Amino acid sequence: MRLIVNGKTHEVDVEDEMPLLWVLRDVLGVTGPKYGCGIAMCGACTVHVGGEPVRSCSLPVGDVKADVITIEGLGTPAALHAVQKAWVAHQAAQCGYCQSGQIMSAAALLSANDNPSDDDIDQAMSGNLCRCGTYPRIRAAIRAAARELKGRPT
Amino acid sequence: MSRVGTIARRTFLIGTAVIAGGVAFGVYAYKREPINPLLKDLGDGQAALTPYVRIDQSGVTIITPRADLGQGVASILAALVAEELDIAWNDIRVDFGSPSAAYYNGIAAAEGLPVPATDSSFKARTTRVVGDAVSKFLGLQITGGSSSVPDAYEKMRIAGAAAREVLLQAAARRTGIPKHQLKTRDGNVITPRGEVLSYASLAAEAAKIEPPQKVRLKPAADWRYLGKPMQRIDIVAKSTGTATFGIDIRMPGMVYATVRANPAIGGGIKGYDASAAAKARGVIAVVPITGGVGVIADNTWRAFKAAELIKCDWGAAPYPPSSAAMFEVVASSFTGERQDSRLKDEGDVEAALQDAGVIEAEYKVPYLAHAPLEPMNAVVQLKDGRLDIWTATQIPLFVVATAAEVSGLAPDNVHLHSLMSGGSFGRRLEDDYVRQAVEIAKAYPGHPIKMTWTREEDMTHDFPRPLGMARMRGAVRDGKVEAYDLKVACPSVTASQIGRLHMPTFGPDIAIVAGAWDQPFRIPHYRVTGYRVPELVPVSSWRSVGASANGFLHNGFLDELIHEAGVDPLKELIRLCWHEPSRKVLEAVGEMSKWGSDVGKDRGRGIAFTLSFGVPVAEVVEVSNTPQGIRIDKVFVAADVGRVLDPTNFENQVQGAVIWGLGHAVNCELTFKDGVAEQTNFHAYEGLRLNQAPTIEVRAIDNGSPIRGIGEPPVPPAAPALANAIFAATGKRIRELPLNKHIDFV
Repeated sequence: MRLIVNGKTHEVDVEDEMPLLWVLRDVLGVTGPKYGCGIAMCGACTVHVGGEPVRSCSLPVGDVKADVITIEGLGTPAALHAVQKAWVAHQAAQCGYCQSGQIMSAAALLSANDNPSDDDIDQAMSGNLCRCGTYPRIRAAIRAAARELKGRPT
Repeated sequence: MSRVGTIARRTFLIGTAVIAGGVAFGVYAYKREPINPLLKDLGDGQAALTPYVRIDQSGVTIITPRADLGQGVASILAALVAEELDIAWNDIRVDFGSPSAAYYNGIAAAEGLPVPATDSSFKARTTRVVGDAVSKFLGLQITGGSSSVPDAYEKMRIAGAAAREVLLQAAARRTGIPKHQLKTRDGNVITPRGEVLSYASLAAEAAKIEPPQKVRLKPAADWRYLGKPMQRIDIVAKSTGTATFGIDIRMPGMVYATVRANPAIGGGIKGYDASAAAKARGVIAVVPITGGVGVIADNTWRAFKAAELIKCDWGAAPYPPSSAAMFEVVASSFTGERQDSRLKDEGDVEAALQDAGVIEAEYKVPYLAHAPLEPMNAVVQLKDGRLDIWTATQIPLFVVATAAEVSGLAPDNVHLHSLMSGGSFGRRLEDDYVRQAVEIAKAYPGHPIKMTWTREEDMTHDFPRPLGMARMRGAVRDGKVEAYDLKVACPSVTASQIGRLHMPTFGPDIAIVAGAWDQPFRIPHYRVTGYRVPELVPVSSWRSVGASANGFLHNGFLDELIHEAGVDPLKELIRLCWHEPSRKVLEAVGEMSKWGSDVGKDRGRGIAFTLSFGVPVAEVVEVSNTPQGIRIDKVFVAADVGRVLDPTNFENQVQGAVIWGLGHAVNCELTFKDGVAEQTNFHAYEGLRLNQAPTIEVRAIDNGSPIRGIGEPPVPPAAPALANAIFAATGKRIRELPLNKHIDFV
């Protein structure tokens, strides 16, 4: 089957029901999305499919009908996305394991809504668990990224 | 066999027994510095000026030999060296190094000592010196107990200063310019004529120079990095998905594995039928492991799926099957026979509690899982008589010893490559997952194998924080707390955990009463007694260990007594507190939270204080009682760790620890049915989510106290401050965790 990940086309020979997460990680070697729960409860595996944030651990690859963007496709150390810049500036990460998913959820929120309220942020981010408890910094980083994306001074 | 292997099996003593152990083998024989492990692998032109500094043609690498579990220890330890060595922040490269006794942790054992952190007497100081010597003797390279910074604070700065001195000497020899005329800047030696000699270019010559025994450290006023906000070394990688955790390792020819072990811990496996699994797509092999079965496949998901197909015939758990039965064992442990310690016994508690008006209560706390978001995993390869292991661990030398034992190889042929960890909270103080991975490697040698646990395997094979109960009695008089008798019963973390490391313990287990017996309050009649419940489920260290439970138990009932006395909780805590740094922390949190001001309708404020790991922490929680349930609005935290090395990381650690403490208090417990943990994934073990997280205001109070770590100390006061706030808002006193068994949360 054909899969477009971060702009690159791949042919993969796997079961339709194999979750997208494991195709990314073990077949394509894209390890930014993380395995945390396998039941869409922690959000560490969040990627964008057709621009929408999805929990790739629970999405059968056979159901993927649009382009996939992972954290690696959002920005790179040399060319950070605005959300990633804000994450660095606010020193959001502790262990960092959940942050790929947090960043992908935040980027999806901000691409749909560049002026999110606290409730919008709550809605968009409550599916992403952080066992280290970095939520206060994540919230601050999202607000900063929103300001930057709107071209306002941060 | 490495030091740990041989010495541990010769039954030296650790944990609670360090005083006796220290006397037995003498402190002063162990003053000799351990061998620098970097020297053995040096190439041409490379220098290992201390065990913490390796220099080669491409630059300087700082060895940060503690596990980075998210607490940012690699960055802080690197900064200690970089500050004195004088290298640019962006040029810092870190390496966790090879396991070595040279990286012993001299502070980790301190929390197990029967001297309170507030005791600065000669006897207490001597005891701590003995503790350090024991760690050095055993070569205990351990990450835990919020000890990494206090342990490294001097020795890694000295390492940086000694390395700089050697580089200056090398430059002096080469240029003929007297050393005192040379300066350093950002990884270079600068001559008076302005010539620049990079440290890398001096490596070969520096390697021939003996580092000085004595160096002068910079005064704090001259610090460039320390004490100021730092950018974590790993922050860009962790914000771009490019950080490599154990679970992300990829190698040519790698195969993927998972395990299913008996979820009735220790029950063993009587047999299994893997016929369906063996035929599943991608399955390479099904292999027996201790107490379970391993599956090797061509990807992780296929290994997971195949493992589900195996029919296992499990043995029964060697402990009572249900939580109710376990709590019965706890409840029946308040006996003379099971009394473990009575380290605080002031005044005459029995006499003071003769009168009518004695207040009594019983409190309960559950088992709690560590549940780091990265499930346990390890990459292993057994090939040509050499075993390589890539994983994260807080106990590297024990991992090597275990791997050597399982593989039958000499420890010198076991190579551990330490990695950062996606959380741990104490989980990686155990090496069960490495043992399994090596068993699989033995059954399938010659290939790199990545073994990954499912979340379900992780939740049902934790070594949790123990359950416990407390029975309290107390009395008040004339608006003052007059008597407090606290009895705590729980299994011994120390005996369970240290026992698995093949080391004996004796004497009382301080963890049973930590965060209760050692609190800096002067109550006229004040007694804390620990009772050791027999081990039920194997238990281990969980962020803040004994204090995680005792913070709730001790503060909860103290708040009840203060309420009974009819006085203000903050004022009474300050009145009772004899320890000045602790009192200042209480005063600070009062000021921050505007304690005493009107908190508003249907709202409440609660305060709690715990001194743990030498750090006094006071927290005020504000809640609202809404129609949908309790909402946690705001938390104020004041803590004294002495000098703060990185204010940003300090704030991050405090906020995280508070959310950890609150989240588990609100909705987490591990309960057992038929000997198996009932909470198998995050649907049943959530903690706080972002929408529930309060704002958290943090203040560091520096009373000139000795430097301390901050990873754990803010955890214990969080739960009781919340429970006390709920009482203030609703009048409902909750004496059992998790709180959501008794009240709803938004």
